[in-house]
Amino acid sequence: MRRVVITGLGVFSSTGKDKNSFFENLLQGRPGVRPITQFDSSPLSIKIAAEVDGYNPDDYFPPKRQDLLDKFAQFALIAAGEAMKDSGIVVSEEERYRFGVVMGSGMGGAGSYDAGYHNLYAKQVTRLHPFTIPRIMHNAATSHICMEYGAQGPALATATACSSSGHAIAEAFHMIKFGMSDMMLAGGADAPITYGVMRCWEAVRVLASGNGNPATACRPFSADRKGMVIGEGSGVLLLEELDHARKRGAHIYGELAGCGMSSDASHITQPSVDGPVRAIRMALDEGEVEPEAIDYINAHGTGTRLNDSIETQVIKQVFGDHARKLAISSTKSMHGHAMGATGAIEFVATVLALERGMVPPTANYTQPDPECDLDYVPNEAREKRIGAALSNSFAFGGLNAVLLVRRWE
Amino acid sequence: MNVGEKVVEIIAREQHLDPGDVSIDATFEELGIDSLDGVNILFALEEEFKIDIPDTVAQNMKSVRQVVDSLNRVLEGKDISDLAAMAKGSGPAASN
Repeated sequence: MRRVVITGLGVFSSTGKDKNSFFENLLQGRPGVRPITQFDSSPLSIKIAAEVDGYNPDDYFPPKRQDLLDKFAQFALIAAGEAMKDSGIVVSEEERYRFGVVMGSGMGGAGSYDAGYHNLYAKQVTRLHPFTIPRIMHNAATSHICMEYGAQGPALATATACSSSGHAIAEAFHMIKFGMSDMMLAGGADAPITYGVMRCWEAVRVLASGNGNPATACRPFSADRKGMVIGEGSGVLLLEELDHARKRGAHIYGELAGCGMSSDASHITQPSVDGPVRAIRMALDEGEVEPEAIDYINAHGTGTRLNDSIETQVIKQVFGDHARKLAISSTKSMHGHAMGATGAIEFVATVLALERGMVPPTANYTQPDPECDLDYVPNEAREKRIGAALSNSFAFGGLNAVLLVRRWE
Repeated sequence: MNVGEKVVEIIAREQHLDPGDVSIDATFEELGIDSLDGVNILFALEEEFKIDIPDTVAQNMKSVRQVVDSLNRVLEGKDISDLAAMAKGSGPAASN
């Protein structure tokens, strides 16, 4: 059976614009949650988000290129660029057909939708900009990455809300494993911090307001948790077939050993225990990894009352007594819930935790909750040898994706 | 500013080119304007001149001078059906 390894990492987020600063900020427990700068948030009850700090597209793209790129596709290209550079890979002309891309996005070109509809409904214009469609389409990130790097193999986009990039990585993994390709750029990107999207989220009543202190707004697993914080950014990984990576002497971060997917088929927003349990078991089975071999779980950990208690039950059900021995953290406490990018951003954190033997903490943890009584690595990073780790994504809509990474030695 | 100068200004702006590099005799191909760029320029022209440019006429705009001539005729309220006839047989402005 073909094996798949991770040979390149890229991340662009509120907690860092490259993998090293990103991971360092996570280890230091520094949240990227701040007052919203992208639009006037004063009419909203929620005025905070995890924005990429001081993002200016002029620093990354010439003006002509920006015309065709919604911000989510810009983020995707930046993170993909880092992953490619990090991997040191050079894809030959003949290999282009064996090189593909899968990117997830929950919202697609949300900012371009917002701007277009504002013109249409508020300004009453009668025609919209002709670049609106190429900017908003969910596959724009995938397509631009393909064009940038000449990737002509299998390529697609996933849209499963908060699990989008978990599913993207899982799909890319299976494409390599089952022989469709040898190299895949996989991850996700989202730029959902717009007036329209934030109004939509506000209405769901799952966001934390921060009460004047944005940095401490998101408190996963803590008894005083008040909800999630919307984030933005992108995470992209280069996945490679093992022999292909070895032949070129690539640095191997770890082996992507298994991916689990499941559907709750129960409720459009409320998570179930059964669905995530099956997804984790599927990932363990595929990787042929015993539950006791898992040392770290990067939790979905949104910081809502329901998610965190349900996820705790899920982990207990799968791992039994071992649930109390493994380290669990939610890095969303710092980089926010970056929607369709979040699974990939968190998987980058998981892979770096495994490679460096450092578990990033759950920031803003203040009080134990009887319903969340496991080890969430509160507030302080921890040195720990990690043999295998999981990254959980449980989406609105009940679509779950779990990624299993194993140490490569 | 006459129509010709305005067209050059708009094409230069939308293509992020120096207006001095946009000759009235240049073809879209020479300026690196592809089908999607062409649609974008049409949009900008329609916005600027507050007009509608029919698809059949738009398809015939493959050079700066053709744009200027077509626009002049539209703005003067002249019959432009001969331009449409000339465009017959050419492909759509944007694929997919």
